[in-house]
Amino acid sequence: MGGAESGAISRDEHDFAFWEKRVDALVILAQARGLFTVDALRRVLEDMGPEAFETMSYYERWVAALNQNLVERGVYTVSELGARMERIAERGVTYGEAADE
Amino acid sequence: MPHDHSHEMSPSGHPYRTDDDVPLSYWQQMEIAIREILIEKGVTSAAEIAAQVEAMDARGPANGAALVARAWSDGEFRALLMRDAGAACAQMGFDIGTLKLIALENTENVHNVVVCTLCSCYPRNLLGLPPDWYKSRAYRSRTVREPRRVLAEFGVELGDDVEIRVHDSTADMRYIVIPRRPEGTAGLSRPELAALVGRDAMIGTGLARVPGAAPPGG
Repeated sequence: MGGAESGAISRDEHDFAFWEKRVDALVILAQARGLFTVDALRRVLEDMGPEAFETMSYYERWVAALNQNLVERGVYTVSELGARMERIAERGVTYGEAADE
Repeated sequence: MPHDHSHEMSPSGHPYRTDDDVPLSYWQQMEIAIREILIEKGVTSAAEIAAQVEAMDARGPANGAALVARAWSDGEFRALLMRDAGAACAQMGFDIGTLKLIALENTENVHNVVVCTLCSCYPRNLLGLPPDWYKSRAYRSRTVREPRRVLAEFGVELGDDVEIRVHDSTADMRYIVIPRRPEGTAGLSRPELAALVGRDAMIGTGLARVPGAAPPGG
C-alpha cells in the first residue's frame, strides 16, 4: 500500500486489549517453536487483500494469520478449532466469561 | 461486574480499549481456542504466555532512548552503532534477536523517518510495541508519497534545505533514527539525555526535546 492515496493519519492511541496481547504472545511463541516464520505470517496477511484492512482490526488479522499457519502446519485441524470455539461460546457472552474455563 | 472503562486512562495516558466486558467476538473466540489447544498439545504453557504478555507490557522506548543518549555522549560507541547497530545493542545488553538493525543518524541536512509499508515491522525490542498510527493505512501509504506533509502533521516542520529520507522496514531489517542532539545539553548526564528522547524521535516523526520545552509532535 506504500504510495497509495490516503486520508489524515489518526493519532489516537490505545493500550492493547488483553486478548490482543495474547495473540501477540502466541505468535511470538509459535515462531520461537519453529512452527512458522515471520514471512509465513505475512504471506497470509497479504493474501487477505486490501479489504481485510478495512474490515478487520490489526490483531484480528493476526489471529487469522496465526490460525492459518497452525492449520497448514498440522498443529490442529479446522474441525478441532471449530469444536473448541463452540464450547468456548457456551461459557458466556463476554470475553472475560468465555476465557475462563 | 460490567463497568465502563471508557473514561479511564492507563498509566501511559492512553484510554483503555474496552476489553473483558464487551460481547465475545468471533476473533476473540478464535484466540481463546488457539491458546487452549496450544497449551493442551504442549506447544506452550499458560505460564509462558503470561510471561510473554508481561514482558510486552514492560517494554517501552527506554532501551532506544538509552542507546541514543550513549551515542550522543560516546564517540566510539556512536561509530560502532552506525557501523553495526546489532553489536552496539549487544554492548548495552539489549537483545535484538536475529534482526538486522540499522541506525540512521539525523544531521543538519538530513532527516530520516521510518515506515513499514507492508505491515508493521518495528524495532520492538528497543521501542516497545508500535503505536496505532504506525500500523495505520494512512501513515503507511502517505509517508512514502508525501513525507514532508506527514512530518508537518506530526509537528515536525523541516526547511526545504533538509533532505528527508524515508526508510521502509522489512521483516528482518529494522531501523532506529538517532535524532539530533538538542542545543544546550552539554552538561547533561546520560539519563538526563535519554529523558529527552521520545519514541517518535526514534521513528523520525518527532525530534528530541529541548530541555524545558514541550516535545514537538508529542
